[in-house]
Amino acid sequence: MSTAQALPHDGVMRAADGTPLKIALARAERRERLKALGLVAPLFLFIVLSFVVPILVMLYNSVYDPDVAENMPRTSIALKQWDGKELPSEEVFAAFVADMKDAQANKQVAMIGKRLNYEMSGIRSKVIATGRKVGALEQGPYRDAVIAIDKVWGNPDTWATLKRSSSDYTPFYILSMLDLRQGADGSIEQVPADRAIYKDILIRTLGISLLVTLMTLILGYPVAYLLATSPQKTASILMMFVLLPFWTSLLVRTTAWMVLMQDGGIFAQLLHLTGITWLLNMLGAIDGEPQLFKTRFATVVAMTHIQLPFTLLPIYSVMKTISPNYMRAAKSLGGKPFYCFLRVYMPQTMAGVAAGCLLTFILCLGYYITPALVGGPTDQMISGFIERAINSENNWGKASALGVILLTATLILYYVYNKLVGIDRMKLG
Amino acid sequence: MKKFATLFGVALMAGTALMSVKASAGDELTITSWGGAYQAAQRKSAFEPYIALGNKITEAEYNGEIAKIRAMVEAKAVTWDVISVDSQTILAGCAEGIFETLDWGKLGLDRNNFLGADVTDCGLPTDLYSTVVAYDTTKTQAPANLFEALFDTTKYPGKRALQKNPYMNLEWALMADGVAPADVYKVLGTDEGVDRAFKKLDTIKADVIWWESGAQGPQLLADGQVVFASSWNGRFYNAIKTDNKPFQIIWDHQAPDTEFWAITKGTPKLEEAYRFVSFGGQPKQQAEQANNIPYGPSNKDAMALVNPDILPHLPTAPDNVKTAFYADQQFWGDKGDELRERFNAWLAQ
Repeated sequence: MSTAQALPHDGVMRAADGTPLKIALARAERRERLKALGLVAPLFLFIVLSFVVPILVMLYNSVYDPDVAENMPRTSIALKQWDGKELPSEEVFAAFVADMKDAQANKQVAMIGKRLNYEMSGIRSKVIATGRKVGALEQGPYRDAVIAIDKVWGNPDTWATLKRSSSDYTPFYILSMLDLRQGADGSIEQVPADRAIYKDILIRTLGISLLVTLMTLILGYPVAYLLATSPQKTASILMMFVLLPFWTSLLVRTTAWMVLMQDGGIFAQLLHLTGITWLLNMLGAIDGEPQLFKTRFATVVAMTHIQLPFTLLPIYSVMKTISPNYMRAAKSLGGKPFYCFLRVYMPQTMAGVAAGCLLTFILCLGYYITPALVGGPTDQMISGFIERAINSENNWGKASALGVILLTATLILYYVYNKLVGIDRMKLG
Repeated sequence: MKKFATLFGVALMAGTALMSVKASAGDELTITSWGGAYQAAQRKSAFEPYIALGNKITEAEYNGEIAKIRAMVEAKAVTWDVISVDSQTILAGCAEGIFETLDWGKLGLDRNNFLGADVTDCGLPTDLYSTVVAYDTTKTQAPANLFEALFDTTKYPGKRALQKNPYMNLEWALMADGVAPADVYKVLGTDEGVDRAFKKLDTIKADVIWWESGAQGPQLLADGQVVFASSWNGRFYNAIKTDNKPFQIIWDHQAPDTEFWAITKGTPKLEEAYRFVSFGGQPKQQAEQANNIPYGPSNKDAMALVNPDILPHLPTAPDNVKTAFYADQQFWGDKGDELRERFNAWLAQ
């Protein structure tokens, strides 16, 4: 008896063991898929843990604000009833005293002070002092007693700030990174000019990145063309000149620029010897020796140098794939060399230009160490301020909000870029 | 969630700190100080003799950032057990509870025997250092006073190296602007006064290179990048003595301040920390430190053991102390964060 006879004649295609072919195929495919998934899983997990989770934590931290709500639970609840016009009632003050006593015992007063100080400059020390003195208040009425400790508690604005910061989530960090704040009545207003710096910093970060991207393109494009069209031997020597700096550590190259650019350094001497210093003095552009170190000029030059290979290499690899026959054909049809280059060759390199420029631009947005070392205080970019918020201010909300702003700006630019250039047209080689 | 993020960040910071000090075993006491010539003097006078007694120490460095200490304590992940801190940090930190309150009985030392011990309950005074300005005698004419050096850019063209910190820069600016030393904090306590100080600093903003670690001031001066540099007097002394630099310290309106050993709240090595701080407070150790860097010892018994050659270089030497300006450290302990924030915003504008 053959196997085929044992199977029902229902018109279904079957594998040798009798399972319908469709199911057998699906099984085999599933095994393959699992195998593939197993291979991808480590990378996937790595990306989730090192990229997705931190970004989510950052997004969350930029609005999460539990310091006051956690440490002053009674006051937070009592303040919900408060209309915000007059001083709060005795009830609120009683809750405040109870919370402050607990906070003092748990050593959390400084946390409250730190948080309130973000919105009311100078209140930190008053909160800490109040925490020290509040233990002496045995019984009510508390209102006048608390105001007697520090008259800041007699100001309704203080309580408005406390009420605003007593919810678990706050727009405060994001707003302040846009140089905005909530007024006592909850309306959004500009911060005073002596503290409004973040909009400038964002524009500065975008501006420097754009300038560096343009510079690398202007410098890199002809070099890439030379590399792609030179004979093999010359090209590989030229390539070494591009790659050697590329392999050198960013910190080393930045430090080298510090040495070159410093006052009385090699650059300054060169300008002096060639008479450029004299010429600039004559023209009135500068007075005395030129200032290079700790300037925007030095920042852009150093960043351009570091980013050059990132723009150049994608352009080069795209150029390598362009057959010389196109140019020959164009020329044989009577095109002038420059015209042929412009209309036939250049459009074919755009995919590489798009890729190189995007790569450089996005990398530039995150620059921190180079501006810190060769730039002045007014050349620092957004990453430098994120570092400071964490390392010297211990302000995670601010650092997260700056990160969110940078991320949002990058995504918007990416979107615009995609609309203009088309990401699918980009080629890295 | 925030706790988690803070923990995550501290873990990262601790990670870098560990890498920077190479091997750091779990059972070793980590002592953090200001690096450079100062930490070298501490190493010679206290760390090495302490290690010779069979103890283990890991060293770390910082630039006085109180926020780093706060972050550790808040995240309950203390990796710096003993820290060398200045007065404003010990005052702010003690009030906030990020340092242990010292039990002098446990230290086995007499509190009355230490200059400056009455200022705080959290620190053992180690020495008296001073923030000063210096210049290179081969390149710069001696200025009549400190304010001419810092603010007269016509007479002294060129850059100045100042600490990237409002401390003393604001005070010097106000005094240069005509405020009497006695009134400096009355003025600086008002918004208008702060504006006035920054306005004065605006006049030299383009001429300043800001430094962050103590070794940078003398370095910038040695490189000829600046005509005047501020730093701590011991750093300049070290450059003069060890590196034979032709530097001269301007003692006019120097700002003396006390340095302390503090124990971080929540350290898992409280006993070892106490043992080290007690050791560091001994007259022999404090005198030996002064012999290596000219900061006046705080232990009154140590003074007799200090090499007489060092005495004229101390901030408290009669010739040096004439116009000294004693900064209000409590003012800075209370308002430091706020003024640093304003200062950073001013810098970025």
